[in-house]
Amino acid sequence: MPDQLIWAMEVTLNGLMTGVMYALVALGFVLIFKASGIFNYAQGVMALFAAMTLVGIQEGRIPFAHLINEIFGTEIHHFGWHVPALLAILLTVVVMIGFAWAVQRFIFKHLVGQEPIILFMATIGLAYFLEGVSDLMWGSEIRTLDVGLPQGINGWIDNTTFDVFGYGFFIDNLDISASIVAAILVAGLILYSQYTKNGRAMRAVADDHQAALSVGISLNYVWVLVWSLAGIVALVAGIMWGSKSGVQFSLSLIALKALPVLMLGGFTSIPGAIVGGLIIGVGEALFEFAIGPMIGGATENWFAYVLALVFLVFRPQGLFGEKIIERV
Amino acid sequence: MNEAIHPPIDPNEGYVTEDGRRIGGVVMEMKHITLRFGGVEAIKDISFDIREGEIRAIIGPNGAGKSSMLNVISGFYNPQEGEVWYKGQIRKPMKPFQVARQGIARTFQNIALFEGMSVLDNVMTGRLNHMKASFLDQGFWWGKAQREEVENREKAEQIIDFLEIQAIRKTPVGRLPYGLKKRVELARALAAEPQILLLDEPMAGMNVEEKEDMSRFILDVNDEFGTTIVLIEHDMGVVMDLSDRVVVMDYGKKIGDGTPDEVRNNQEVIDAYLGVSHD
Ligand SMILES: Nc1ncnc2c1ncn2[C@@H]1O[C@H](COP(=O)(O)OP(=O)(O)OP(=O)(O)O)[C@@H](O)[C@H]1O
Ligand SMILES: [Mg+2]
Repeated sequence: MPDQLIWAMEVTLNGLMTGVMYALVALGFVLIFKASGIFNYAQGVMALFAAMTLVGIQEGRIPFAHLINEIFGTEIHHFGWHVPALLAILLTVVVMIGFAWAVQRFIFKHLVGQEPIILFMATIGLAYFLEGVSDLMWGSEIRTLDVGLPQGINGWIDNTTFDVFGYGFFIDNLDISASIVAAILVAGLILYSQYTKNGRAMRAVADDHQAALSVGISLNYVWVLVWSLAGIVALVAGIMWGSKSGVQFSLSLIALKALPVLMLGGFTSIPGAIVGGLIIGVGEALFEFAIGPMIGGATENWFAYVLALVFLVFRPQGLFGEKIIERV
Repeated sequence: MNEAIHPPIDPNEGYVTEDGRRIGGVVMEMKHITLRFGGVEAIKDISFDIREGEIRAIIGPNGAGKSSMLNVISGFYNPQEGEVWYKGQIRKPMKPFQVARQGIARTFQNIALFEGMSVLDNVMTGRLNHMKASFLDQGFWWGKAQREEVENREKAEQIIDFLEIQAIRKTPVGRLPYGLKKRVELARALAAEPQILLLDEPMAGMNVEEKEDMSRFILDVNDEFGTTIVLIEHDMGVVMDLSDRVVVMDYGKKIGDGTPDEVRNNQEVIDAYLGVSHD
């Protein structure tokens, strides 16, 4: 087999792994958009905030330490303990649920019935506010995040592909675990929405607010629920991305990669978000591999958007469009 | 149909209709309800009661305020003035979902279904208030959650059989013709096993045969489950046939209240309907 083809296969696999990450972020958007029609610009910052909070809790940092020290002239930074990863993740989930509640209680409860553009603006405000809160709570330094996921080259894949092709594929263990976790998360979300009372209520609200009210569903409750789920999805994305490249501001920019994914997959389709994420992940990796060197590289920055735009021209409703709208 | 029978004066006393149905005491009472939209008074100081087990019609020309009244009962609108009494207690201003949880189900004049879901899923969603198992329960007590799912499923299927829509149970609602949608909406409301069922023009836009079917279903629901029914309808023949008592509204005011016969012979009601277009 020619080398080019083998490399392309490796690139494709790595693109798939990146695509999983895009899909995760897009999924957070879809959850909220379906249930409330809100395009949540803050999804990326939520991933950053979740990851920061996780690191902070794990390392036993005192939240708002800087502020406290300013006001009281103290010099405290750490509680002096370390919290095990699993417990820290659970606590972060609680924080994200609290965040969801607060967002609903203090912002969107007061904006019911407003134009989508107003709701969108509110999420822009929310994004910058949350970024500030994140800074104030945990500081803005880059943090390393380690929740014990395996890292480094996967030996088995390396050896196997070497035996077959005479060239060992480089696939990061972290990407593999991220893909597995993402798959479990998506399966869990689908089961949840199909088979539980809350899931049914979520689907009902996504379909028709009036009808949902008439069967006894509290819109407020469902909205807190979807923001919580989006918060959990953001946490998972934050963990994956943060473990790979550290927890820092740029983490919030992965949200920008979710946009072309949504253009491709449609704003209301979970399968669309996943397939869209994978297509963008693979597409931009292959493009960079094949065409990038000829035009000076760094095509990842824009290729996704071009792909999505081309797609948009031919299928404005997204990959799965109307057909799958009813499925969360 | 029930001309000869007149309900007793005492709100707590029941009676038996000519066709042998047992009507109870007053279950819901609207007292001096006034509802405004900006400058428009959609309901002007209206009072009436609803007895347990009766079919109570609200009629009136277009824009009379009938739907508004139904929306007040179901909590979609909160009146500026007046009180709603339910089961002997005054009802605080409530959200629609809270009213629904008190056992009051409804359909809409313009149909509000879950268009993307199948008929069965729509009906199952009507049973949400009978589903208890939380997510944690479902994780830990799989058996319990499954038993509940099976019970709810059975109930939903019963209602689907009752309304004779078995053939379309798996069809996405969005693809159904208008008449069937109305029936699915009724099925979803019934799935909640409500004590009071509010129907806003359940037969609008139907042909004669569909109307006959729907009338039969409404009578059957009332008869078999003892459900109290509040019905808005334009077709006078249907109203006179189905209902035990009728409230007549015009320009937001109540201009008549009584048995179909009393209302039919009320001069103010006759005047209101003369020259007023209604379908
Ligand atoms: N949400 C609303 N906002 C503003 N005005 C409203 C609203 N709902 C109803 N109205 C007004 O209240 C009045 C009564 O309307 P309503 O829908 O209750 O009448 P109706 O008797 O049901 O008429 P129809 O037979 O046409 O259904 C009308 O003047 C209508 O324009
Ligand atoms: Mg009406």
